[in-house]
Amino acid sequence: MKNFSGNVLFLDRSDINTDEIIPAKYLTENSKEALKPYLLEDLVLKGFDPRKDISGKHVVVTRGNFGCGSSREHAPWAFEVNDINMVIGEGFARIFKQNMFNCGMMAVELSPDTIDHIFKTCGGKATTIETDFGSQCMIIRADGFEEKIVFSISGFDKALVEKGGWVEYADLNY
Amino acid sequence: MGKTTAEKIFDAHTVDRPFGDITVIRLDAVFCHEITTPIAINDLVKRGKDRVFDPDKIKVVIDHVTPAKDSKTAMQGKILRDWARRNHIKDFFDIGRNGVCHALFPEKGFARPGYTIIMGDSHTCTHGAFGAFAAGVGTTDLEVGILKGVCAFHYPKSIKININGRLKKGVYAKDVILSIIGKMGVNGATNKVIEFTGNVVDDMAMEERMTLCNMAVEAGATCGICYPDMTTVSYLWEFIKGDYLSTEAALEDYQQFRADPDALYDNIIGLDVSSLEPQMTYGFKPDQVKPVSEMAGLPVDQVYIGSCTNGRLEDLRIAARVLKGNRISDSVRAIVSPATPKIYNEALQEGIIGIFMDAGFCVTNPTCGACLGMSNGVLADGEVCASTTNRNFNGRMGKGGMVHLMSPATAAASAITGFITNSALFEKIGG
Repeated sequence: MKNFSGNVLFLDRSDINTDEIIPAKYLTENSKEALKPYLLEDLVLKGFDPRKDISGKHVVVTRGNFGCGSSREHAPWAFEVNDINMVIGEGFARIFKQNMFNCGMMAVELSPDTIDHIFKTCGGKATTIETDFGSQCMIIRADGFEEKIVFSISGFDKALVEKGGWVEYADLNY
Repeated sequence: MGKTTAEKIFDAHTVDRPFGDITVIRLDAVFCHEITTPIAINDLVKRGKDRVFDPDKIKVVIDHVTPAKDSKTAMQGKILRDWARRNHIKDFFDIGRNGVCHALFPEKGFARPGYTIIMGDSHTCTHGAFGAFAAGVGTTDLEVGILKGVCAFHYPKSIKININGRLKKGVYAKDVILSIIGKMGVNGATNKVIEFTGNVVDDMAMEERMTLCNMAVEAGATCGICYPDMTTVSYLWEFIKGDYLSTEAALEDYQQFRADPDALYDNIIGLDVSSLEPQMTYGFKPDQVKPVSEMAGLPVDQVYIGSCTNGRLEDLRIAARVLKGNRISDSVRAIVSPATPKIYNEALQEGIIGIFMDAGFCVTNPTCGACLGMSNGVLADGEVCASTTNRNFNGRMGKGGMVHLMSPATAAASAITGFITNSALFEKIGG
């Protein structure tokens, strides 16, 4: 199972699309590793610089409809090769969310209120998230602040994470 | 309780219900192109599973960058070509026979009512125009589809959009779908199937229905669906005439995939389009939609007519009616990419290509290239494109470029003037 804990990268906008996560011009690469330098290259967000702000981060916290647009699995892969295996948001585009779990990664949905609370209390501060996959909870810590947040993923998504992805699961079952 | 079209299709294809509403369905077709398939192929080879579930159900095309523009895109084509050969996939469309996947595959009769189809391409929802369940997926789903012929989805929930009234002259399927996305938002149909019904849809040709369904994903939908009717049967007849005694018999069979009147929907939306004006986008999201009249006069640098949304013959005819006898402005460059060789050839026979060339358009081969900024019409930083494609994301057609989505008529009119223009100015009466 992959690592779902570590420093948080805040992306404070809804509807971040997969073209912003990894521009189409890099889809000619035939290896996942080659995508590493280009993650979030086209994301224009106040105070965000992809060249400085991605390194050392392992969890993304964002708003709604994350990963909309193109079906490119290059988007989760670009996160994966940058050691980011979990995105937390209000909601996700269907294909992006499925792609995350298909790769054994996690797209975790929390209520808009909880997400807003996280942004308000931790946004702009050095923040870490410690995830306990088994009990489906996480502890978020920032500058003296600490809070336990319970999350829920479906039985299918849980099985995909545990098996390492959909290819492994399907090969075993179909 | 009755069923929606998607529920009927799922119930006829269910292989497993492993968790809750997760439904593993059997696939009738797996479509592949050179951008999202090669990594799946490489992974299958690495796993020692270089095989396909059924070579006749896998349809393959090189369409995103064609001809190859560099060594990397040439390699993507080669991986796909070599794989298709060694796995005996006969429906492989290489350069000269290739076209934009969502225009080419319907033209070949590969999308049928009641089918389940996946592809590593978000605009796979286009094929729902035939009364199929067709969904874009990532490379891992595609890989499992290729190997096992199955895919997992949540059991489908549907939204029905009843489109009624009479479209005004100069208003097209593209304007309808843009206005719908503008109302629903880019997240308005996430995890849902949209059924498009009503007299406007009934009157639409398959090409227009494909334009409608193509952009369902821009509202987040898994698939757009139109009910199969005689228009569907007539379009497919050359491919199905061996299976049915008559078109009526085919229609009767396909009727089984129409939703029941008492089917349960998450939402039913009624829309009268009689007063709808031509629409276009103004921002970096497909739901940022305004009437063309409110954007008129905005200068554009490039006009692009093509793509899986609006690169079909009827789209080119509409643009040609606007362009005939006119030349494009000196301040713009204009590109048209007929979506398939058949469309290109028919446009040539009808004199449409001549009209485009006389107007000053560059006519390119069928390809997706410009739409996603990969080739054949990439924008420079700060440039504006009037485009018949489906996505206006920041950087979509080239870093720093701005894309405005619109109908072929509006794009053609804007090419003539060099700024956003309502096509009513140029559309010939009764043309």
